[in-house]
Amino acid sequence: MMVRIQIDGKYYEVKPGKNLLETCLALGIYVPHFCYHAALGSVGACRLCAVTKYKTTEDKTGKIVMSCMEPIKDGMVVSIKDPEAKAFRTAIIESLMTNHPHDCPVCDEGGECHLQDMTVMTGHNYRRFDFKKRTYKNQELGPFINHEMNRCIQCYRCVRFYNDYAGGKDLGVFGSRNNIYFGRYEDGNLENEFSGNLVEVCPTGVFTDKTLKGHYTRKWDLTNGPSVCVHCSVGCNIIAGERYGVLRRIMSRYNGSVNGYFLCDRGRFGYEFVNDDQRIRRAQVRNTKDKNLEETTPEKLTTKLTEAFSGAKRWIGIGSPRASLEANFALSFLAGKENFFHGVSRKDNELVKTAISILKNGTARSPSLKEIEKADAVLILGEDITQTAPMTALAVRQAARNKEMEAIKNSGIAGWDDYARREKAQGVKCPIFIASSFTTQLDDLAERTYRASPVDIARLGFGIASILNKNAPSVNNPDGIQKELAQRIAGVFHDAKTPLIITGVHSGSRDLIYAAANIAEALNLNGKKVLLSFLMPECNSMGLGMMDGKSIEDASESIAGSEYTGMIILENDLYRRADEEFLDSLFEKCNPVIVLDHLVNKTTRKADILLPVGTFAESEGTLVSNEGRAQRYYRVFPPDGSVMESWRQIKDLAKYSIHSEMVSWEKFDDVVITMTDRLNVFSKIKGHMPETDFRILNEKIKRQTIRFSGRTAIKANINVNETGVPVDPGSPLVFSMEGSDEIPPSSLISYYWVPGWNSYQAINFYLDEPDGSMKGGDPGIRLIEVSEAGHLSFFDPVDLPFKPKNSEWMVFPVNRIFGSEELSSKSPAIAERIEEPYVLMNRSDSEEIGGKDDDLIKLTLATQTIEVKLKIKDSIPAGIAGLTVGLPGMSFIDLPAWGKLTIKKVK
Amino acid sequence: MEKPLTKHIRPDGSQLELKNYVRDGGYQILRKVLKEMAPAEVINEVKAANLLGRGGAGFPAGIKWSYIPADKVAEPSRYLVCNADEMEPGSFKDRLLLEQHPHQLIAGMIISAYAIKADKAYIFLRWAYKKSEIILMKAIAQAYEAGYLGKNILNSGYDLDLYVHTSAGRYICGEETGLLNSLEGKRAVPRDKPPYPAISGLFGKPTVVNNVETLSNIPHILENGAAWFKSISRTGEGGTKIYGVCGRVKNPGLWELPLGTPMREIIENYAGGMRDGYKIRGALPGGASTDFIIESQMDVTMDFASLVPLNSRLGTGTIIILDDKTCPVAFIHNLIKFFALESCGWCTPCREGLPWVEEILKSIEDGKGKESDLEILKFHTTYCGPGHTFCAHAPGAMEPLQSGLIYFRDDFMKHINDKHCPWRS
Repeated sequence: MMVRIQIDGKYYEVKPGKNLLETCLALGIYVPHFCYHAALGSVGACRLCAVTKYKTTEDKTGKIVMSCMEPIKDGMVVSIKDPEAKAFRTAIIESLMTNHPHDCPVCDEGGECHLQDMTVMTGHNYRRFDFKKRTYKNQELGPFINHEMNRCIQCYRCVRFYNDYAGGKDLGVFGSRNNIYFGRYEDGNLENEFSGNLVEVCPTGVFTDKTLKGHYTRKWDLTNGPSVCVHCSVGCNIIAGERYGVLRRIMSRYNGSVNGYFLCDRGRFGYEFVNDDQRIRRAQVRNTKDKNLEETTPEKLTTKLTEAFSGAKRWIGIGSPRASLEANFALSFLAGKENFFHGVSRKDNELVKTAISILKNGTARSPSLKEIEKADAVLILGEDITQTAPMTALAVRQAARNKEMEAIKNSGIAGWDDYARREKAQGVKCPIFIASSFTTQLDDLAERTYRASPVDIARLGFGIASILNKNAPSVNNPDGIQKELAQRIAGVFHDAKTPLIITGVHSGSRDLIYAAANIAEALNLNGKKVLLSFLMPECNSMGLGMMDGKSIEDASESIAGSEYTGMIILENDLYRRADEEFLDSLFEKCNPVIVLDHLVNKTTRKADILLPVGTFAESEGTLVSNEGRAQRYYRVFPPDGSVMESWRQIKDLAKYSIHSEMVSWEKFDDVVITMTDRLNVFSKIKGHMPETDFRILNEKIKRQTIRFSGRTAIKANINVNETGVPVDPGSPLVFSMEGSDEIPPSSLISYYWVPGWNSYQAINFYLDEPDGSMKGGDPGIRLIEVSEAGHLSFFDPVDLPFKPKNSEWMVFPVNRIFGSEELSSKSPAIAERIEEPYVLMNRSDSEEIGGKDDDLIKLTLATQTIEVKLKIKDSIPAGIAGLTVGLPGMSFIDLPAWGKLTIKKVK
Repeated sequence: MEKPLTKHIRPDGSQLELKNYVRDGGYQILRKVLKEMAPAEVINEVKAANLLGRGGAGFPAGIKWSYIPADKVAEPSRYLVCNADEMEPGSFKDRLLLEQHPHQLIAGMIISAYAIKADKAYIFLRWAYKKSEIILMKAIAQAYEAGYLGKNILNSGYDLDLYVHTSAGRYICGEETGLLNSLEGKRAVPRDKPPYPAISGLFGKPTVVNNVETLSNIPHILENGAAWFKSISRTGEGGTKIYGVCGRVKNPGLWELPLGTPMREIIENYAGGMRDGYKIRGALPGGASTDFIIESQMDVTMDFASLVPLNSRLGTGTIIILDDKTCPVAFIHNLIKFFALESCGWCTPCREGLPWVEEILKSIEDGKGKESDLEILKFHTTYCGPGHTFCAHAPGAMEPLQSGLIYFRDDFMKHINDKHCPWRS
């Protein structure tokens, strides 16, 4: 039921309950502002959004009000263009300029600066202030964020985002009057996992991207591409920017259903692997004489490949959960379905497939992050989601606040009136229960935390299901705490309107997945639908899991003794997924081994033929997130050297085999068409994303703003002749600033710009409303939808509770946001934040082995022995120990597993 | 002349002890109020008495109380807060009541808390009022002991706990909502209104914040009635007022007089007029954040309504005198220095505007001013106006400046043209 308001003489039908500023932005009306942010609500600090409000249409004077704090009322009469309001807004800028340094020429923010935009928009252009400006000392805030406080205009957005929105604790506001300081109590890393968003939230150059500073370029000089983060399974949308063949920075790409305005630090700062000097740029072949891998010529490569394909009788293709659907499909197509393997361990494969089958056959809906934000009860089973799927954790943090709306119901306080809402609600939260093996960053939100081994966490889950519905099997001998807690959680979930369960595969326990499924089915039988999110390790774990295929172990077992088997490995370091010994023997069994990857790793070193492929920044591909959302990334710049898209490399291999259909593939679209025709599970993708010949009024889509400079000079040091614009064979995007001026479909947006708004704030005019969806729909398409008639049988619960063993500990995996993921760990900035591997134990267990914090521990498992530091965490239950996984230098260890821990004293 | 607030105060200025207060009839009204009157009746009496808030804003106390939800079941928690953070430059009237008559305030708070059905009350006390802190703590302990505070007060079934909270020391803590944030342990940044404290106050609960002097009137209103309260005033606004005068008068101090006493009468008859050799040029009627009244206007009656047509306001009713031997520019500069320093730093016009104004005034005072500076000063007086800023701090700061620019423009111009301050040398 809309209401009618008048703005500068025109009438508009608008939604009630909103504030005037967000309404204007939704209408595409420019109102200058700083402190308002759609995700952070209104606080009325900066006073820049001033407009004139009239009592009636006859009232000619009116009074100035702040549009961000002004509720929409039917019949409201306002003016933005009123000279008094305009003069006031200009004066606000003048006030801010009294202390602002003349840094534009040397400030990173310049050209994409919210303050610059507002200064021009309000028309302030003359300095009357001729006194001294206040200055500050800057702080070292870690490898991600640069601190330059002199530029601060005290909009308070940083602390509101960092503390209120993201739950951070170590960024504060100090001082008063015109000596306000935003920083830490002392120099040091900003600890919160979302600190990188400060660079977009800050309207000036106070907080800027330090990694960009390492290879700085003006933002208008970037060539951009719409892309998808490859560092976890959430699938946040990003915009990557490049110049001179170097990827410069990652910016958040708005997706109202997924990441909204924000990104996590791993996704934002993990991109430097694209620029790594360990990039494979030319094909390499193993020299038969000295057995070294060497770069080769195209002719030698052809010879070698011809040899390979005529020799081997059978080819197996090992796919990858970090490679695109199209690349995996191409390999599967080449090798044949029965010869295609998922490139993950048997256990991981089972876990992912189980999760997918539960989503497909049951009635639980896999939620988008936006839906997670709307949950009113949350159960997290055995996942440390801040480390494994950080943006999901951020969404859960917002979900906790939904209870506040109840608290403010009859008070007249609006949901967007952020401080008033928080004050009235006094921190009331939706019920959140976290079952984990040690403390998590979300614990401050939880009504109850349950610390137990993964087995007992699963038992808790099974117990909840059995209380919800008699048909769900119950657990033998639950302990007192389990019983009572299961009762409480079952009661909450029974009453909740949008309950959510989050679990995943990172703990290596299938029982957790079964337990979650049982809870979902129990609720389903009670007539209630639940949201169920399965967190997966990699950006395409879900997509790969949806294709037919078995595990690495199956691949090895499928190789019969005598036949020649060639192996093609796609973008996968197998040594991160299986035991070294096992893999060494697998590689021995295969000849030749062809590896396609972008960075040198243990597997590429085993290749007989090593083919260079492009990263996400140099090719197109579709990834499926753990939500089941298929999203496409587009290249940012053309691949260099003989680097090619993975699917194209594989298609080229098809020349040497008998694959006629593949050989005809020219464009990315061709792969998609074949894939969606043959794999029904991906059929929705066809036609959903614009194809290569998509045009807007005959024009392509620009990757560069019109301010891009130096196009003809960029390669002049190599060749003074003007080069043509590189062709983009994969999309309707073009590597230039010549293209359509219309806003493209949301999945093709490479930058945000509307007249007057050069900064990220331009995003507001691409949305149907602030914090809403992209106009024309958010990017991506869901592939898994709940079937109404869905039904799952209940899974059998875990029989026995966890029982500690004498002098052995059940070692479970500990994921870290920085370090556990392969590609991001190569970024120098991320590497700085990676901790040394460690094992976590509780205090009394550590006393048993005589260990203190930081002692060196010898951990002996079935397959290997390692030495790591000990960290004592009182929250860990007795009998279990957590071991960091995936950190640089660590070999693969199959966890959970029993292990002996002994002290190895360090001098 | 009736002087309910100060009639029991000892001539030697020492604190009035509980036993003496009770002997003189103190706390007796609690029996009638807590046992025989309904909270709504108390509110109506105070409304009828037309007691306007004595903290500076002059909002009717009874009406403020009536905004608190009456339904105690739906909203069980509510608070009464006494704003004892007297930091308005020139104001020292609350200090008299705190140091010398604490039980009157406590009695007033008990009745007021009862009226709004609060079971917890706080006195938010200025850091620098160390003597008051000790006296209040002692008085409260005495009141608990005598059964006037705590559970089941005088067997009425009414419970009330009263706490003293000492501020950490900034001026903006005296702003109603800044006070609430400070009391909660947060930065003393004010809150936007609406929502008003009656809806969302201390810890998000319905809250009434009243000034020391306002609350000190409450026992007398309930003892003698609303009609009596109106009768002791010289205007329709009820009650007496503790007026003060500071500056170069013969007898600076505080006097309780009927509300509506003319300014000239206060200055001449009670403050003894100007000291020999000094002439009065102007005065701020109620503390630093009020507009100048010049000598020719001083027949105005010192009540809330009468000062408005003169573009000023009563504020706290403590008069600051500008004499003819004091530089008006330096006078105003001194006040602006205070206000700029005490800005909380939340909103742009106050945070950035006040320091600029301060710099300009200093520059003029040092003989380096330009005529265009006056435009910038004048500009700021409307720029930092009500509704433009987040709270009333900056608008208050502009009051002496805006009136000073009008009445003392010649003095400003002399500084600028002569390139030095005529009062210095």
